Amino acid sequence: MEKSEKPLITEDGLRTDGRGPRDLRPVKIEVGVVKNADGSAYIEQGKNKILAAVYGPSEVHPRHFALQDRALLRCKYHMAPFSVQDRKSPAPSRREIELSKVIREALEPSLFLEYYPRTSIDIFIEVLQADGGTRCASITAASIALADAGIPMRDMVVACAAGKVDGHIVLDLNDIEDKNGEADMPLAMMPNKGLITLLQMDGLVTQEEFKQMLELAMEGCNLIYQIQKKALKSTFIKTVEEV
Amino acid sequence: MVLFFENRELVTPGDLLAKGDYLAGENVFRINDEIYATRIGLVEYSNKKVSVVALKSFYVPSVNDLVIGKVVEVGTRGWMVEINSPFLALLRASDAFTKPFNPKNDELTSILDVGDVIIAKIIAYDRTRDPLLTIREHGLGKVKSGQIVVITPTKIPRVIGRKGSMISMIKNETGCNITIGQNGVILVRGKNPVMEGIVVRAIKMIEKEAHTTGLTDRVTDMIRREKMELKRNGKI
Amino acid sequence: MRFSKFITNLERKQMLNLLSTGKRIDGRDLYSYREIKIETNVIERAEGSARVYLGDTDVLAGVKIDVGEPFPDVPNEGVLTVNTELVPFASPAFEPGPPDENAIELARVVDRGIRESKAIDLAKLCIIPGKKVFVVYIDIYVLNHGGNLIDASALAALAALLNTKMYNYELVGEELKILAGYQPLPIKNYPIAVTFGKVSDYIILDPSLDEEQIMDARLTITIDKDKRICAIQKGIGGYFTLQQVRDIAKIASEKSEELRKLVLSECK
Repeated sequence: MEKSEKPLITEDGLRTDGRGPRDLRPVKIEVGVVKNADGSAYIEQGKNKILAAVYGPSEVHPRHFALQDRALLRCKYHMAPFSVQDRKSPAPSRREIELSKVIREALEPSLFLEYYPRTSIDIFIEVLQADGGTRCASITAASIALADAGIPMRDMVVACAAGKVDGHIVLDLNDIEDKNGEADMPLAMMPNKGLITLLQMDGLVTQEEFKQMLELAMEGCNLIYQIQKKALKSTFIKTVEEV
Repeated sequence: MVLFFENRELVTPGDLLAKGDYLAGENVFRINDEIYATRIGLVEYSNKKVSVVALKSFYVPSVNDLVIGKVVEVGTRGWMVEINSPFLALLRASDAFTKPFNPKNDELTSILDVGDVIIAKIIAYDRTRDPLLTIREHGLGKVKSGQIVVITPTKIPRVIGRKGSMISMIKNETGCNITIGQNGVILVRGKNPVMEGIVVRAIKMIEKEAHTTGLTDRVTDMIRREKMELKRNGKI
Repeated sequence: MRFSKFITNLERKQMLNLLSTGKRIDGRDLYSYREIKIETNVIERAEGSARVYLGDTDVLAGVKIDVGEPFPDVPNEGVLTVNTELVPFASPAFEPGPPDENAIELARVVDRGIRESKAIDLAKLCIIPGKKVFVVYIDIYVLNHGGNLIDASALAALAALLNTKMYNYELVGEELKILAGYQPLPIKNYPIAVTFGKVSDYIILDPSLDEEQIMDARLTITIDKDKRICAIQKGIGGYFTLQQVRDIAKIASEKSEELRKLVLSECK
């Protein structure tokens, strides 16, 4: 891991990648990239490159895991060995297991699981390249994949992190900022009603700083939601244009 | 009473569509007096009902639906059939045999085996069990020839067309017999596989361009062009 | 189980009715902890240990200290590692086998609180920079699951750390020579995890096992001795509004003080 020699925020308020404190990294989204999956999406956020694929609802395998009154939601977050600076072993780490859980819990409130008892909905997330904020980008992509699969949803789920770096409250931390900064707070929400479905933080902040980070993260989420919507509508619009 | 979009505007899950005393139609859900979209699609405000014509969805069984499926498992009491749905359907052995069924003597695979395609009807389905099929009625049973094309079930109405205009046109132009399963699986049976192929491509085109205007004319043109091409090459 | 803990619709209705009057089935109000009992030094073989009873929840934490290599990116610091075992007899829901996602989440949340607040002065645990450091193992054993494992585990871990005794030593060349007597672990912060559940629109502190079955979201805020927030974990699906998150952060800060006083008085 590289420890930052340069200051994370320079005198003119610019971050290591030239951004201002409240700037998002550039986001690019493609829908329907994994043909065999029922739904899928690919996201690039800064240097993050993440693929999300959804299978379901379909019969549960193994059968005895099936829930009688609702669909079983499963999620696997996994990082490719080449996705990080020092090669990561392909076996699931404790971090990947925790992230699989919190990502699933962030997406669950948006789904009508009770509509499809005795089935399973499986979400697969592969991080091809990581640069901080992968769980947020994963949630944003997975939500699109669920919509692409035609699974009915209460709302989309979109995620963004805020944090504290060199004393400044910042939006969308990259890897260097996450590792060297004072706090990192990923947040996911259902944007149309402002309901928070993922909230984690590690670091050390005052109550006031926490309030500012909350507001900033939610703002970031709303910006990314506009990009999500555009990506979802794009496949449809493309057809109309072609014709 | 407020509507938040134009009729036939593209909406995404979570979009607030209407507020007031409206009925919730397809692909929407209501909380108190607000109606939200649950799928991507075109919002339809008709009279007092708000619905979304979904871009993509999957088939949820309904009793009396005609479906086309494929046998994937032969068990002791019957066959498990895939019907393009999250739920696997069951066809009981007793349904296929005219006399009482004896698992020791009667061979299920002699009637239907893994890989067979059947036209069936859903006779039972609720939240607690897998859908139940029958092939007893006229027109139902094992399919011996033809081609299958699978489309997203929401596009079935477009394949049929207003008052059946689209499907009649295809039948007339190609002379093929078309059986439409409510589950998005369509069976095409014609005099030769080349003609069947044209119909399959026409259906795929309809699925892709379902939301555009002038589709019936474009599909007619496409079929006629392909027929000309085939005539020229002596294929028909 | 003959008559399992599975909540009936009757009990569910009763709990919701009570909540609307600001009370819970065990008689508590919305923001009260259950009875807490802390025992320290319960396992003599361990360098430090503590047992916490939080209502029916029973958690044992043991601290072992070993010598090992530092992480390459922090060569002058000791190492902290937290592990959790959801012992199979502690609940019909616990299966034998390697830690599942719940055990892992529990360990990582407790770890986060201790690590981010720098409760252990890891720099003081360096023996030979880049080569030899002390490794602090915190192992948390859940012995009975009565709800709110996070707060009980974090409390047990902190209490165990506070009464951990390291041997005195001197460095002879590159070798550790153990001397007589003990020294405490260098602890400079006291992080307290405070967990809330959401049942319908009601926010409740320290959910019991019954309440965990009907709650639809969970939020844990870990507060350090200076009232700063050092860890947050939202759990189990469901959602919170922004206002609820703000309110919870404020109440957590106040409540953490109660628990901190309790732990410090037990361990001094």
